[in-house]
Amino acid sequence: MGGASEAVARVGEEPDVVTGESAPAARAPAGQASAGWKVLPIVEGLVLLIALVLPWVLQDYLTVFATRVVILALFALSFDLVWGYAGIMSFGQALFFGAAGYGVALMARDLNVTSILLILPAGTLIGLTAALLLGGFLLLGRYPSSVIFVSLGTLTGSYAADRLARGWYYLGGQNGIPSIPPLTLGSYEFEEGPVYYYMVLGILVVVYLLCRFLVRSQFGLALAGLRENEQRIAFFGYKAQHLKAIIFAVGGTIAGLAGSLYAFHEGFVWPNMLGVVFSTQVVLYVLFGGSGTLIGAVIGTVIIEGVSFWLSDNYRDVWPIILGVLLLLVIMFRPLGLISFVLGERERVGSFGKGPKASKEAGNAAP
Amino acid sequence: MPLLEAQGISKVFGKLTALDGAALTVGENEFHGLIGPNGSGKSTLMKCVAGAEVPTTGKVSFINTDITAFTPTERARAGMSLKFQITSVLPTLTLYDNILLALQAHCSLFDLVLSRTRRKLHDQVMTMLTQFRLADRAHDAAAALSHGQQQWLEIAMALAGKPRLLLLDEPTGGMSLEERRVTGELLQPIKQHCSLVIVEHDLDFIRDICDRLTVLDQGKVLASGTVAEIQANKNVQEIYLRRA
Repeated sequence: MGGASEAVARVGEEPDVVTGESAPAARAPAGQASAGWKVLPIVEGLVLLIALVLPWVLQDYLTVFATRVVILALFALSFDLVWGYAGIMSFGQALFFGAAGYGVALMARDLNVTSILLILPAGTLIGLTAALLLGGFLLLGRYPSSVIFVSLGTLTGSYAADRLARGWYYLGGQNGIPSIPPLTLGSYEFEEGPVYYYMVLGILVVVYLLCRFLVRSQFGLALAGLRENEQRIAFFGYKAQHLKAIIFAVGGTIAGLAGSLYAFHEGFVWPNMLGVVFSTQVVLYVLFGGSGTLIGAVIGTVIIEGVSFWLSDNYRDVWPIILGVLLLLVIMFRPLGLISFVLGERERVGSFGKGPKASKEAGNAAP
Repeated sequence: MPLLEAQGISKVFGKLTALDGAALTVGENEFHGLIGPNGSGKSTLMKCVAGAEVPTTGKVSFINTDITAFTPTERARAGMSLKFQITSVLPTLTLYDNILLALQAHCSLFDLVLSRTRRKLHDQVMTMLTQFRLADRAHDAAAALSHGQQQWLEIAMALAGKPRLLLLDEPTGGMSLEERRVTGELLQPIKQHCSLVIVEHDLDFIRDICDRLTVLDQGKVLASGTVAEIQANKNVQEIYLRRA
């Protein structure tokens, strides 16, 4: 016992035996300088650049298609936050997307409200409320919910909403709600085309940047812990269920925003928007592109929608089979998605320990 | 008043009785070893104390509060911390981020979203890493560490929240002799502010580091006392000889 006590004193006094330094804190951040944030900003910049020039090179009907893809990419971001970052398997993300779509469609049909200043906040609020209700029920137990419980719960919620919409005359039954008038801002009407495209692209960029800020924050680190080992972080004192409910609600909010934009862009809403079809589709976008990287969700959406569009035009009869095989191949051989061809594991997970002080020191330490 | 008092703890898994009225008392700044043959219920008792298992019967008090029904999160917030038997560092995160994750557990949501404590916690992260001889690997992924280093990282993470009681389940499992010696050195300083319960097979290690021991056999307490008392106990010698 005495020997151990002496050893303690030595540990406190002597330089570190491994590093040979007594104050490694000062030099440690130098390691961060070599962490290298290279690929991700380049990919993000390229995608943005391509997105910005698209309406200039595409025919009008393809710009309309591209607008739809941008809105779906926004929807994919919502699922990526929930699954890719927090590890919550939501098989019912379309519930929030569709509920907001139906909500704003009813506002337009019954209340003649089409102002973007009311429609978009209303859509996000509907998404948020639906996610809070479902998330509160599925995630906020005293003990953590199992993955199966959450995935089946969300799936059932989405399916039930789909069935409800199909059977409810007020919501238009099987046909949904057609002829939604255009979004307006004062007397200006947002018709399909480049203006609508740039508007949704602007919203996507803002939401993307907010998500990026969130997932790179200390909250993002807590999400990483949640994703990797929920039980472990509960033993640190994290309220894991609260973290899950919060990110689930954020995901629902974004899905709601996407749903309201989609409803006005397409001009109608129909039960599939709430149901299993859209819920599964968004899972595929994210898995295909690469979950846990925001840009992966965007790329996955663009590629799946683009390939589907092209295949359905050129291989009308067999395109779902070709697409299915393609998806299967990526998921089997590239479980981290297409983005993993260019993005390394270290950069994908990222580093959260870059405080202002650490960055400054890293800057000084770098040649 | 002891820091931790677990009384009459029973745990039944189907037809198997893992614990049968076991008890454990730990004082302030005490290093307490929990020993016994394989299957004697050491880890189960540890889990019942930590909240990873709910005891079938019995009561656990911690700092004069009945925590029997507390969740692991509530126990952690009350000042209790656990290092699992199987290392559960977060392998894809860097060592730095593993420690930061543990340190920021009590920050408010607002602080986390705005990363307001990142700068403040930086020095604490580096101090912990230095204390556990891992500072030079701060920005490596935890998966790249040796098994022994992962154990140290995990102990550092368990200590990050400045617990009053640390529960260590086999901290030296799979370590070399030298790593065991260093682990003993690393644990000693925490005695100033923290009590320790250790489940461990290495009796030499336990003897060197612990003040008191509790010996379990078949889910029951066989003996409890100082290291010297336990060493002199005929029943304890008997069960260890019997199973040797």
